[in-house]
Amino acid sequence: MSTTIAAIVIGMTLVTYIPRMLPFVLFKGKELPYFWQGILQNVPYATLGALIFPGILTFHENTAFALIGTAAAFILAFTGANIIVTVLGSIGILTVLSVFSM
Amino acid sequence: METTAAAQSEFKDGLAAGIGIAIGYVPAALTYGLLAKSAELTLAEAMSLSIFVFAGAAQYIALSLITIGTGIFEIVLTTFILNIRHFLMSTALNEKADEEPLWKKAAYAFGVTDETFSVAAMKSGTLHSSFMAGLVLISYSSWVLASGVGYLAGSAMPPVVQESMGIALYAMFIGLLVPSLKKSAKAVLLASTAAVLNCIFTYSDTLSSGWSIIVSTLIAAISIEAADQAKRKGRRE
Repeated sequence: MSTTIAAIVIGMTLVTYIPRMLPFVLFKGKELPYFWQGILQNVPYATLGALIFPGILTFHENTAFALIGTAAAFILAFTGANIIVTVLGSIGILTVLSVFSM
Repeated sequence: METTAAAQSEFKDGLAAGIGIAIGYVPAALTYGLLAKSAELTLAEAMSLSIFVFAGAAQYIALSLITIGTGIFEIVLTTFILNIRHFLMSTALNEKADEEPLWKKAAYAFGVTDETFSVAAMKSGTLHSSFMAGLVLISYSSWVLASGVGYLAGSAMPPVVQESMGIALYAMFIGLLVPSLKKSAKAVLLASTAAVLNCIFTYSDTLSSGWSIIVSTLIAAISIEAADQAKRKGRRE
């Protein structure tokens, strides 16, 4: 295992486990301020937005290919496909596309 | 003093309650394994993340950040910001936890995910460590085993498929996000604000990719919450 990945694993383990564990050790039924609860609930949606854009537009050197993949993933997800179907469907559409354009 | 039989029954209840999670984790963990392979991690590296971190979204994000060459500190900080929501979940579970030695609670706390939290929070009555052990064990086993299977299946992919798999991570994020977008205007606002901010920071070269994600997320989450609560307060007055 590379030292970089080992350091990432150790760091991620600590920052994931400590927030999971601390409330059990620290609290006797106290609660966080309402405002902070709201912010923490917002975090997953905001993070996902930032993770998708702009990265998805540049995952492939061919921008048209990346845009078609983006559209495919959004269309699949909006039609109610579950996550694995969205993932495999997007891969499938791009694979078919690259086979036929070669 | 509690009987061994009672603890065994709690453990079995926990296993049964976790079957749905174990099934649900299989496709997500298979995808993680495939992605780890495409991100050029070794099998040991990919498995270590599943074994020690056990946090789906954070693991996907780590892969994407590793792929674009983000620094260690930024990856760890991104993980922290993303997973700090578990602090809130553990706080809620702690309210209904049985009085037990702290080490038992600290042990099952390792297994608090969005999914185990949901099941444990909806359970009637108090939470016993034996129940949590069963719930976490079955969920965790599924996650770790399917990660390995996904990785090994990824090695067998032809190159043309592997190239298309670059979309997989993003498609996964879209698959996680879209159901919330359909239900909540606030989720749309949060995701689009953070996306626009991240594009601005990235294309203007103001911030490195890891920091850009953190700053975009925090600005969106804090400002939208402040606006939302000010609006609700205004409505009450």
